[in-house]
Amino acid sequence: MKFVDEYRDAEVARGYARAIGRQVTRPWTIMEICGGQTHTIVKYGVDTLLPESLTLVHGPGCPVCVTPIELIDKAVEIAAQPDVIFCSFGDMLRVPGTTDDLLTVKARGGDVRIVYSPLDTLRIAREHPAKQVVFFAVGFETTAPANAMAVAQAKREALSNFSMLVSHVLVPPAMEAILSSPQNRVQGFLAAGHVCAVMGYQEYEPLAARHRVPIVVTGFEPLDVLQGIAMCVAQLETGRAEVENQYARSVRREGNTTAQQLMADVFRVVPRKWRGVGEIPQSGLGLREAYADFDAERRFGPAAAATHVDSECLSGLVLQGVLKPHQCPAFATRCTPERPLGAPMVSSEGACAAYYRYRRLQPADAPVSERHP
Amino acid sequence: MTEPVEFNASCPIPRSNYAQILLAHGGGGRLMHQLIEDIIVPTFRNPVLDVRHDSAVLDVGGARLAFTTDSYVVRPLFFPGGDIGTLAVNGTVNDLAMSGAKPLYLSASFVLEEGLPVETLQRILASMRRAADAAEVQIVTGDTKVVDRGKGDGIFITTAGVGRIEHALAITPASVRPRDAVLLSGDLGRHGMAIMAVREGLEFETTIESDCAPLAGLVADLISGGIQVRCLRDLTRGGLASALIEIAEAGGVQVHIREAAVPVAEEVRGACEILGFDPLYVANEGRFVCFTPEADAEQALRILRSHPLGKEASIIGTVIQKAPALVTLESRIGATRIVDMLSGEQLPRIC
Repeated sequence: MKFVDEYRDAEVARGYARAIGRQVTRPWTIMEICGGQTHTIVKYGVDTLLPESLTLVHGPGCPVCVTPIELIDKAVEIAAQPDVIFCSFGDMLRVPGTTDDLLTVKARGGDVRIVYSPLDTLRIAREHPAKQVVFFAVGFETTAPANAMAVAQAKREALSNFSMLVSHVLVPPAMEAILSSPQNRVQGFLAAGHVCAVMGYQEYEPLAARHRVPIVVTGFEPLDVLQGIAMCVAQLETGRAEVENQYARSVRREGNTTAQQLMADVFRVVPRKWRGVGEIPQSGLGLREAYADFDAERRFGPAAAATHVDSECLSGLVLQGVLKPHQCPAFATRCTPERPLGAPMVSSEGACAAYYRYRRLQPADAPVSERHP
Repeated sequence: MTEPVEFNASCPIPRSNYAQILLAHGGGGRLMHQLIEDIIVPTFRNPVLDVRHDSAVLDVGGARLAFTTDSYVVRPLFFPGGDIGTLAVNGTVNDLAMSGAKPLYLSASFVLEEGLPVETLQRILASMRRAADAAEVQIVTGDTKVVDRGKGDGIFITTAGVGRIEHALAITPASVRPRDAVLLSGDLGRHGMAIMAVREGLEFETTIESDCAPLAGLVADLISGGIQVRCLRDLTRGGLASALIEIAEAGGVQVHIREAAVPVAEEVRGACEILGFDPLYVANEGRFVCFTPEADAEQALRILRSHPLGKEASIIGTVIQKAPALVTLESRIGATRIVDMLSGEQLPRIC
């Protein structure tokens, strides 16, 4: 298939892997931010082609994984109401809240629908004026413009039965948090190509300079990832710490300014709790006051703080790249996609699910006790 | 923002099982297998059921019969390449064919929803008749029920079928041996993506048509051609991946396939890329895998390719050892990974 097969060519992949092998003179740890990249790495076995001294760790870029439990609980509560049609992207339905997931609400008779675009939700709202139609707006900067557009359009149409439960998160503050953590071992980043297609990469330049860390904007096909790694390793080996763009076929330095304007019109930056990580300042998006009427938390009441439940799930350490999924003692035994202990085991983009599906025979390469603080 | 952030590595204890039936329990993945293995099979346990084949093999007065049943619920009722009627006939014919039987007779039961246009029913019945004629089976008994409007999805059909087994082969996962070849009868994913394209209003340069077709003729050609068929399985819900995993687990073997050898049509790959689906897990209604001894593989491939329904057939892998029981795949870039069964249905991804 054109524009796909070129980026999955076995010969070229091996060529890149050999080139990386020649470049590497000492151990390096690189984090890919995006869950889509994690999936590519594990599905195609990109990491198995790399020299042993190069460690890839998997970042927090899975929207399903980092959506806080309070908001899942709120989604479950809203979706269970009889006059509500609750719309969501597909993979949010299986994420466990404190007691229930959205699939269970659906099985009990709740009207929970999978949509591909928030604009589909507007159509549903027009067709069901007597129902409250709620969209679960999750994701990074990638999904934010379309969600902003849906809200702006709802306002223009005065669509009073539409609202959004917003749990948007932003990448740069999460990278800042990882780099500032005392546990950090990440020396270079592959930035998420699709996030940068929207936002550009100027905002990563101060991060690279302040923390002396190379950041390579990277795509999602196996060769994209390999080339991104090669560029990152070249910087590390030569002591550079710059922002470079591997994904030039989609990403410009300034990004998509129309999309950015739309986001800025509708959303404002807010503090946000990340599941498994904790609250990160200025790391999320919420609706501006002018669009507050479309905020599901205003319409249905704010999400209540979830009661803290102790668990053996170490997803916080996995999402920060401190642990690899298979180093968690519960991995593939007490924690599986059917019975997840944490959200990274749920989504196809979640690092634990990717390891479970493709890697679970590998022995852990270090005992957990050595890594777990 | 240079202050270190306090990390709180906690996660909630999730629900450990579901008290209600979810749609995922019908998705062909792990949840469906749990339902069958933990709830249904223990209730009825007997030696015939315990074989867990697509059809039960019965000894009746010296004759060996294959017997199977299946229910059909599909939305939309009509789709490119077929409709619920063609599925209801071919699906049951194929389950019989997977034991190497010659399908003979089917039953057909209809649950009709109040308000279904009679013209719609007539179109479906005509399709069933055409499909039955093409598969050389007769529909010889049936039943009809009507439910209140809103209690059904237009029409549900259940068919059962019997066929005669005339060969002496043991076609079952237990017969699979190390070094056996794995053949696939055609390209993957047409049925599932045809349905998805209609449901989601996706349009491509060429319309994706369901692969819905009767497979008994292909299987008969293999057996009459002298191929030592060790195991057969048609690929339905859960796709190629689930079928191979079922065989690997039931036969206690490791099945290794090469991704590059698995044919997937351009338009199906395109649709899968857009929706974030893996063609290995997408439903088919006219494809099967066949395990044969290595020595028979090339001849089996020639036989399959000489049949109109097997033109795209290929040898996709091999059985490499007795344990552990799992399926592995050599990816396009040459690395090896596990192919696992999905939990439930494939869900479209966020981005």
